[in-house]
Amino acid sequence: MPEPLLEARGIVKSFGRVRALRGANFTVFPNEVVALVGDNGAGKSTLVKTLAGVHQPDEGEILFEGEPVEIHTPLDARRLGIETVYQDLALAAELDAGANMFLGREIMRPGLLGRLGFIDKQAMRTRSREAFDNLGVALQDTAAAVATMSGGQRQGIAVSRAVTWASKVVFMDEPTAALGVVQTRNVLDLIGRVRAQGLAVVLISHNMPEVFEVADRIEVMRLGERVARFRRGDVSMEDVVGAMTGAITHDAQDGDSA
Amino acid sequence: MSDVTTQADRPELEEEQEHRAPFWQRLVAGSSTPIGLILVGLILVFSVLEPNAFLDSANARNIATDAAVLLVLATGMTYVIITAGIDLSVGAVLVFSGVVSAKAMNAVGGDNWGVIFVGLAVALAGGLGWGLINGFLIAKAKIPAFVVTLGTLGMALGASLVITGGVDEREVPFKLITTIGTGRAFDQVPWLVIIAFAVAIVFGVVLAATRFGRYTYAVGSNEEAARRAGIPVDRHLMKVYALAGTLAGLAGFLSLARFSTTTIGGHDTDNLQAIAAVVIGGTSLFGGIGTMLGSVFGVFIPAVLDNGFVIVGVNPFWQEIAVGAVLVGAVFLDQLRRRSQYQR
Repeated sequence: MPEPLLEARGIVKSFGRVRALRGANFTVFPNEVVALVGDNGAGKSTLVKTLAGVHQPDEGEILFEGEPVEIHTPLDARRLGIETVYQDLALAAELDAGANMFLGREIMRPGLLGRLGFIDKQAMRTRSREAFDNLGVALQDTAAAVATMSGGQRQGIAVSRAVTWASKVVFMDEPTAALGVVQTRNVLDLIGRVRAQGLAVVLISHNMPEVFEVADRIEVMRLGERVARFRRGDVSMEDVVGAMTGAITHDAQDGDSA
Repeated sequence: MSDVTTQADRPELEEEQEHRAPFWQRLVAGSSTPIGLILVGLILVFSVLEPNAFLDSANARNIATDAAVLLVLATGMTYVIITAGIDLSVGAVLVFSGVVSAKAMNAVGGDNWGVIFVGLAVALAGGLGWGLINGFLIAKAKIPAFVVTLGTLGMALGASLVITGGVDEREVPFKLITTIGTGRAFDQVPWLVIIAFAVAIVFGVVLAATRFGRYTYAVGSNEEAARRAGIPVDRHLMKVYALAGTLAGLAGFLSLARFSTTTIGGHDTDNLQAIAAVVIGGTSLFGGIGTMLGSVFGVFIPAVLDNGFVIVGVNPFWQEIAVGAVLVGAVFLDQLRRRSQYQR
């Protein structure tokens, strides 16, 4: 087994009296698709937001390429090469696709204008268009507000943004939940292409057939902890569902003591 | 998103023609075109009714001068409302800045540009101070903007009364009045109008074409998304309220120059007038949408109505009714356009 790319150990996170994460562990290896599954309220989204710098863990440590790191803000995560497709997509609906693609990373105009703070909208639209074309996201008009677009197109923009900027790992929080059959197909194909580019993908999903189709490994969360992890070939859907519901525990892969 | 970008930045326009929405939808969803047409229509109507009196350069000057101070307030308010915020304190900050500016100029004494410059600096600093208080309480203490600025409205007005003892400060350097207050460039265009338009143009360009403007839209459109994209949302909000406060300070200085007195009791509805102008101009109270050009139209529609009614001989009280109706109509249009966008 290679060295883990990203490893969370004993993460605890409470919101008021609700303990969303109770010492959660999670591992991502380089260049793999790992599915993070669990019932509603198991803590999947909270864990991802903690690793993306949106939430601060109360306890626990995060290792990136073997080194302990602190991820206090989304910028910290970004610097490590981590990008996230949030469940709510985190798009500014009134802005156009190019503006969303480059939100917080605007391309400045060359020369003096750029130093005065002027942004190069044309360059951002052109480069967004290239990214959308590469990833097979069909948009008629990159200058139109995201609010005017369909759910699938919005998903496409959010995924393209994360994939374009990530250099190590992409988190995708239920990327197919709002999509139709064709668009779901597109996102699953996209996940394969992202891995082919050498990135790791963390896929959060409820959909077992989907997970079994694209994931190399599966980690199961229940009640704020990791309760099991499997390699895809070694396990049946029943086992995974059993782990999700608490019927089976199986967290001993790789000799992990947690 | 903005007038400047919609046409020029779309080279792929031709190949998109077939996918584009029908004309009436683009009109409704478009930027400030409809409201500009309303303004043009009003001017045409009054011009036809009273061609001699209304279509006169002196009258145009009157309208523009009356609108100048409000335009400066509306420029800052446009930024605030695009962030989905509100600033009720601008009229009170205007008064406060005028008061401290007049006091400072009298304390320094004299009638020269040096004194005027001191007065301007004090007015801007006074406005900036209140703006920073607003911004800090809204962005850091997370108190709703409506409550914070309602509070600072009272505080700034109260402070003005404490400083002056409730009596207007009437001593203003004569040079200030004859130059900025009533002077004209080339004997034609009042300096007040030039200053106000310069402010609107500069900050209109900043809004439409710079990163500061882009962040303003992003914060108003989806604050959480902006935060996750690494935009320093709190700091940006503080800057926006600081800008609105500073421009209210400038407006106070201009008002002082124009009226040569602090007019403490004369600005109770400035905040609502500025908000109305911005909203009439197509800026959405829900944030993320708006243009400076629209706000300019929104400032001039009430000004033209007011002036036109007087000239045509309609009781000017009707102006308030007409502006109220335009305001409600503008917000209705905004709702329509949002609904049509989210239908999919």
